Amino acid sequence: MAGLEDLYREIILDHYRNPRNRGELEVPPATMAEGFNPLCGDEIQVYLQVDDGAISDVRIGGQGCSISQSSASMMSTAVAGKSLDEARDVLRQFKEMMSIHEHGLEGDDDAPADDRPGASGLGDLEALRGVVKFPVRIKCATLGWNTLDQAIGQSLDQSLDQAGDGPAA
Amino acid sequence: MSTAATVTSEATTSGTLDVAAIKAEFPLLQREVHGRPIVYLDSGATSQKPQSVLDAMDRYYAEINANVHRGAYHIAERATTAVESARAALGRFLGAPSAEEVVFTKNATESINLVAHSWGRTNLTEGDVVLLTMLEHHANIVPWQQLAAERGVEVRWIPVDANGRLDLSDLDALLDGVRLLAVTAASNVTGDLPPVRRLADAAHAVGATVLVDASQWVPHQPTDVTAWDADFVAVTGHKMLGPTGIGALWGRRELLDAMPPFLGGGSMIQNVTVDGFTPADVPTRFEAGTQPIAEIVGWHAAIDYLSALGIDAIAAHERDLTGYALRTLADRFGDDLAIHGPALAADGTVEDRGGTLSLAYRDVHPHDLSQVLDQHGVCVRAGHHCAKPLMKVLGVNATARASLYLYNDESDVDALADALADAGDFFAF
Repeated sequence: MAGLEDLYREIILDHYRNPRNRGELEVPPATMAEGFNPLCGDEIQVYLQVDDGAISDVRIGGQGCSISQSSASMMSTAVAGKSLDEARDVLRQFKEMMSIHEHGLEGDDDAPADDRPGASGLGDLEALRGVVKFPVRIKCATLGWNTLDQAIGQSLDQSLDQAGDGPAA
Repeated sequence: MSTAATVTSEATTSGTLDVAAIKAEFPLLQREVHGRPIVYLDSGATSQKPQSVLDAMDRYYAEINANVHRGAYHIAERATTAVESARAALGRFLGAPSAEEVVFTKNATESINLVAHSWGRTNLTEGDVVLLTMLEHHANIVPWQQLAAERGVEVRWIPVDANGRLDLSDLDALLDGVRLLAVTAASNVTGDLPPVRRLADAAHAVGATVLVDASQWVPHQPTDVTAWDADFVAVTGHKMLGPTGIGALWGRRELLDAMPPFLGGGSMIQNVTVDGFTPADVPTRFEAGTQPIAEIVGWHAAIDYLSALGIDAIAAHERDLTGYALRTLADRFGDDLAIHGPALAADGTVEDRGGTLSLAYRDVHPHDLSQVLDQHGVCVRAGHHCAKPLMKVLGVNATARASLYLYNDESDVDALADALADAGDFFAF
């Protein structure tokens, strides 16, 4: 049986108690995407300031449970300063980690083979791996990330618009 | 086809419930979760089912499974009789003047959609007002918003105060231009019990039609659609010990008679030619396609079970248990725990309310709270309970909701309190 300590790792609770990059950015120049978990009412805003194809600032707004809030906080520290391509790579890896394996659904006690620090290159984010054992909470953990995905998309659209509208730079 | 009377005769003694005997009749309540006995406090979402309901459905499939209103052979007649006797039993349970006014649907949501489509699209035009309350479940909001988007109908709201109780101080002004009042009989979030008869009288005085969403009422309290003076009442089976996938709409005969069909298909016609169709009489007109017969039979067994115990005895038990829960939670947690909705009066008595307790415990998010409670085997619902407009008034995105039913007792409330204390320790910061 998966216990609470599998879900509520210390680093997760730390990010919940002391969320990083909390706040808003002016839109525009920043972009903002909003994500909802229709099942539980959690909501998250992700503000992205992108300069020269890199995330120069990221802020998180909204409210929700410890898993959604800490995951968004950890996400913000993971992607700050990264290029959009790098951020998307982290996003892809994280969502891969969150995909439900039979292991998670069966509530098996055995840890997955790669459940070791550093195994995935996700660093602190690996603390969220235990969420997979609680399938209902996966949507909480991925809420901020899916919203980041939207915000990145908006940034790309914005830069395309600017390239199309303005005089050739 | 079945009666639960023999099963439950031991479970009621002189009007009070023998909850231990009742619990023993629910197979799911015998199981353990995470190594602990299950404590089921989410009957507001769906109720558990007694063995008599499960048996009735099994027996239907094993003994008389056939399509209804079609074959002339023995088991088809038995199946048809089973469906029609269920309709009659439900009509009696609701206080309906006639069983023919009872239309089977998939659930209360479909019942309300039926009214919105068939009655609404016949009777409402641009500028007409549909009056709702802020207590409504999305099932009694979205169908009217769809109609508003399609027809230019105005959706208006009776407000609630900060604690989620209906505020009727401006009712007369709100009723101006109203063609339909659609109101819940019992809030699925706060346990508030709106004064349905008073609201119906006020609505009828301005010529409006009245729909009551009784999903959270019928399982718990004696129902009399004529005492409400309602025009439509939506009910669902699975919250009152019946299976999922079956509900009903009760409507006044003259209103139903004047309404066009909702879904088209088999059964709901008198005649079909290449040029068109003639709809059947009510209630068949609204029952297109093969109905969920086993579920209807199971619901009948559930109604028998509740009737054998006595819905008055069930209501009294829940009132006592709700008082125990409010006092226990106040004693053990004081100001650390808030309950949205009618609370304890200063003298320790309980206002008239349902056994639905939406909790806010310190700063612990409802999702996290329910996760810790789950480790204790305690099942509560965390979320917005499909009532987002109400949640906004309450100033929260979610609550943890414990909802009580006939099979709950003081030990379940104590288990909830113990689990809450553990959650407080776990998230202490």
